[in-house]
Amino acid sequence: MASPLLSNTTISFSSSLSSSPLPRLFPSVSFSSIRFKSNPRRVLTVRSKIREIFMPALSSTMTEGKIVSWVKSEGDVLSKGESVVVVESDKADMDVETFYDGILAAIVVGEGETAPVGAAIGILAETEDEIAEAKAKAASKSGASTPYAPPPAPAAASTPAPPKSTPANAAPTVTEGPRKTVATPFAKKLAKQHKVDIESVVGTGPYGRITPEDIEAASGISPPKTNVGPTVVVEAKPAAPTKATVSSFAPSSLPPPVPGSTVVPFTTMQAAVSKNMVESLSVPAFRVGYPVTTDALDALYEKVKPKGVTMTALLAKAAAMALVQHPVVNSSCKDGKSFTYNSNINIAVAVAINGGLITPVLQDADKLDLYLLSQKWKELVEKARAKQLQPQEYNSGTFTLSNLGMFGVDRFDAILPPGQGAIMAVGASKPTVVADADGFFSVKNKMLVNVTADHRIIYGADLAAFLQTFSKIVENPESLTL
Amino acid sequence: MHSTSALSFSQATSVPTTNYAFHSHCPLNLRFCGLTTQAFGFSFSTHSASTRLRLSTRAPGHSNKISASPGHNGTPPTSFDYDLIIIGAGVGGHGAALHAVEKGLKTAIIEGDVVGGTCVNRGCVPSKALLAVSGRMRELQSEHHMKALGLQVSAAGYDRQAVADHANNLASKIRSNLTNSMKALGVDILTGFGTIVGPQKVKYGKVGFTDTMVTAKDIIIATGSVPFVPKGIEVDGKTVITSDHALKLEFVPDWIAIVGSGYIGLEFSDVYTALGSEVTFIEALDQLMPGFDPEISKLAQRVLVNPRKIDYHTGVFATKITPARDGKPVIIELTDAKTKEHKDTLEVDAALIATGRAPFTNGLGLENISVVTQRGFVPVDERMRVIDANGNLVPHLYCIGDANGKMMLAHAASAQGISVVEQVTGKDHVLNHLSIPAACFTHPEISMVGLTEPQAREKAEKEGFEVSVAKTSFKANTKALAENESEGLAKLIYRPENGEILGVHIFGLHAADLIHEASNAITLGTRIQDIKFAVHAHPTLSEVLDELFKSAKVKAPASTSSSPVSDPVSA
Repeated sequence: MASPLLSNTTISFSSSLSSSPLPRLFPSVSFSSIRFKSNPRRVLTVRSKIREIFMPALSSTMTEGKIVSWVKSEGDVLSKGESVVVVESDKADMDVETFYDGILAAIVVGEGETAPVGAAIGILAETEDEIAEAKAKAASKSGASTPYAPPPAPAAASTPAPPKSTPANAAPTVTEGPRKTVATPFAKKLAKQHKVDIESVVGTGPYGRITPEDIEAASGISPPKTNVGPTVVVEAKPAAPTKATVSSFAPSSLPPPVPGSTVVPFTTMQAAVSKNMVESLSVPAFRVGYPVTTDALDALYEKVKPKGVTMTALLAKAAAMALVQHPVVNSSCKDGKSFTYNSNINIAVAVAINGGLITPVLQDADKLDLYLLSQKWKELVEKARAKQLQPQEYNSGTFTLSNLGMFGVDRFDAILPPGQGAIMAVGASKPTVVADADGFFSVKNKMLVNVTADHRIIYGADLAAFLQTFSKIVENPESLTL
Repeated sequence: MHSTSALSFSQATSVPTTNYAFHSHCPLNLRFCGLTTQAFGFSFSTHSASTRLRLSTRAPGHSNKISASPGHNGTPPTSFDYDLIIIGAGVGGHGAALHAVEKGLKTAIIEGDVVGGTCVNRGCVPSKALLAVSGRMRELQSEHHMKALGLQVSAAGYDRQAVADHANNLASKIRSNLTNSMKALGVDILTGFGTIVGPQKVKYGKVGFTDTMVTAKDIIIATGSVPFVPKGIEVDGKTVITSDHALKLEFVPDWIAIVGSGYIGLEFSDVYTALGSEVTFIEALDQLMPGFDPEISKLAQRVLVNPRKIDYHTGVFATKITPARDGKPVIIELTDAKTKEHKDTLEVDAALIATGRAPFTNGLGLENISVVTQRGFVPVDERMRVIDANGNLVPHLYCIGDANGKMMLAHAASAQGISVVEQVTGKDHVLNHLSIPAACFTHPEISMVGLTEPQAREKAEKEGFEVSVAKTSFKANTKALAENESEGLAKLIYRPENGEILGVHIFGLHAADLIHEASNAITLGTRIQDIKFAVHAHPTLSEVLDELFKSAKVKAPASTSSSPVSDPVSA
């Protein structure tokens, strides 16, 4: 919502190379790099002068997006840089801007609906003449539904209007001549929502205007009980347990709901988590644990804490430094056939947020010093809370850190996020009695670290060696402050 | 607008001029008596007004310079009925009167209509009563919202007359409060229309009665404004109405067109849609809510317009509006704002004209002191001193509030009135209008103070400084989430090099109450690096601003020494 407005366009190479000035200015190689530099958000395709507005990919994990709202209505004239639609991705609400001037000829995917990434959600026409063509296209996009009614917004409504009455100062003729269609604001909204051709509806309201009820009748839906029927009360009556949940989902093999239970659909973020978790089942993961002595790290933490350094930053830095020596643990397996070695060490750190889970990324964690890292982390967390994280700030991780130590959890294992080779689960550091080689007992703070990795690319010995390095860094943490 | 010579003169002598200017045509003399008489004025200020008046008028006698001339040449009065006369008992006049009494001035206020002016009788006050109703209706009708809180409510309905009565009762109550507060303090309330007849002279009276002449050392014009109705629009008070009529809520139309999408239009759209009307906005500019920070208006449109039963036409003028009659609905002719061509014709049940307000300055007798209004507004300088046709300051005459058009808000009028009283009692004062907050009481509310982002960037460009913007969301605020009202944004526009606050804009739950932390900071010149250390109770909505200030990146160090803020996310 509050995120800076990002826009970009992928102009399909076929027709635009010759017509668009951009490719001429930049050789085709750099053309694609430009595209990525300015965030590959918004995807429009040039085909003659009618462009499709695609569901943009706002993050690497996003496969579908929900239209929060259309900022513009059909028929609105858009100018370059204006936001057109608000899309809820799995991480944030984003304004999506247009990169072209034109007219929003048709909305293919309405508010509240979802569409897969890359699907056309709207049609942009360059001039009014192309609106009809664009609409035809929209109709084909949205299946067999009837073509859209002339846009209710004034900008385009003027196009079909002129023949009906001559304007100028002939006001009376407008009302007495052939009747123009008059529909109330809500009727227009409903017509758009239910894809009803408003011109075909006979108005029954005052002065023959089309009312919301007329649209509801035309679309065959029963008028919703707006504040007349106390539907909520019926539903909550304990005497009628089977009615307790509105079953709008497939009942098939699901066990019957426990009486009194409520069903809360996933938010987009939660849906993304669910999808990623299920996807992780296709990766052959294994886990290696390692106890790490943290007395030295704790002492260092006490020293640097007043300077704003957090334990998260310390651990991320230690992991990053260990990853420098074990690049395979920082690699990933994209296709099941090869290693993808990542040139940067980007540590994603899992954060629970508003009933969701997000992984802000500390980019180049091996290169930044501890203080910069801490500061960066603080900014990322604030942004995450405000839902203002940019995609590259949560989807560029090459290794994930998950810490539940602050809750007193002594050990746990984490599920590998898609696209990454390994994830480290950190437990609490606790005083532990240790016997040394000579049989002397002492008490040391020990922390159990458990790494989950993709065994297609990372083997047991790799992880063991990585953990050993990590442990050495933590036990001699002076290097972290360098 | 004002000549430089007039200004430089006024700066040199501003204190005495505003204080004891017995003969305005001869300002140089005044320098001599200023201090001595001022001492009298203050020392007796706690005594009864009549005693004080006598003493202060006698005061010039103590000054050698003055005693020779003023008593005898006779042009302006040498003794006055009042120290201060205020024409217009709206919120501006009331604020000025109260402060004048506190400063020991014998004060009168002239009102031709009811005490309280637009704000109390036909503006802010009754509209808040309607908005209180609309807010609750909206909440009760939102099944989703209620369900999320675990509440069950059966049909929510309303009784139109009872709602209208609530608004009317509130206005009467506030009106009597205002009247009583002035009476109790000894402000004379003179009934009738006030007209300026000459320097320091005012007459007032009701139509059909003889006028009474009164004199005062200083006069404040505070006559306010009336709804502005563009030509071509026929207001019948029934189906084509202004805010004056709408606040009486005589009927709730099924479909109402609101001409203008500023504060007034927006608030009424909130009221009407909550009461079941459908609304069509007609806005002359290219986007709705043109006066707000663009980001805020975009969000406001997303929350306050798009999901509601509202549509809109932008970039068009309503060039002709005919009230419903002869079995025809209200007919609105729309003309393209740029091409001036006929664009569309709307047929609706009612039209509310909310195109702004025009100053109410006719019949004030400004011609008697050769003041020419500009589009009805009384020209003033930054100290609210009235400027005449030649660009000279008119001595002892001030104009505050909507009548001068500087900032058409009730509390701005009051602040200007207080500023004037400060000046006439010997303390120079210039009001910083950039510190005056404004609010729009929709659900949720919108509030702002200072510059919008484009204004700030323009200023920065001109003056060569850097501008940064910080934003926080209500989505992260505990209290907002508890209320299930987490839609909102707070935006801070500031100078990163010194931490100066240039503007704050809030859209969200209780935004109107939240803005004052920012406006106070601007008034007092508090910098972000210092206000950061102010503690906010948890959990409150004010933490939105707390976070906002903390998220700003200011290069200058804090002037107060405080312990470093502990890191909120140490793992």
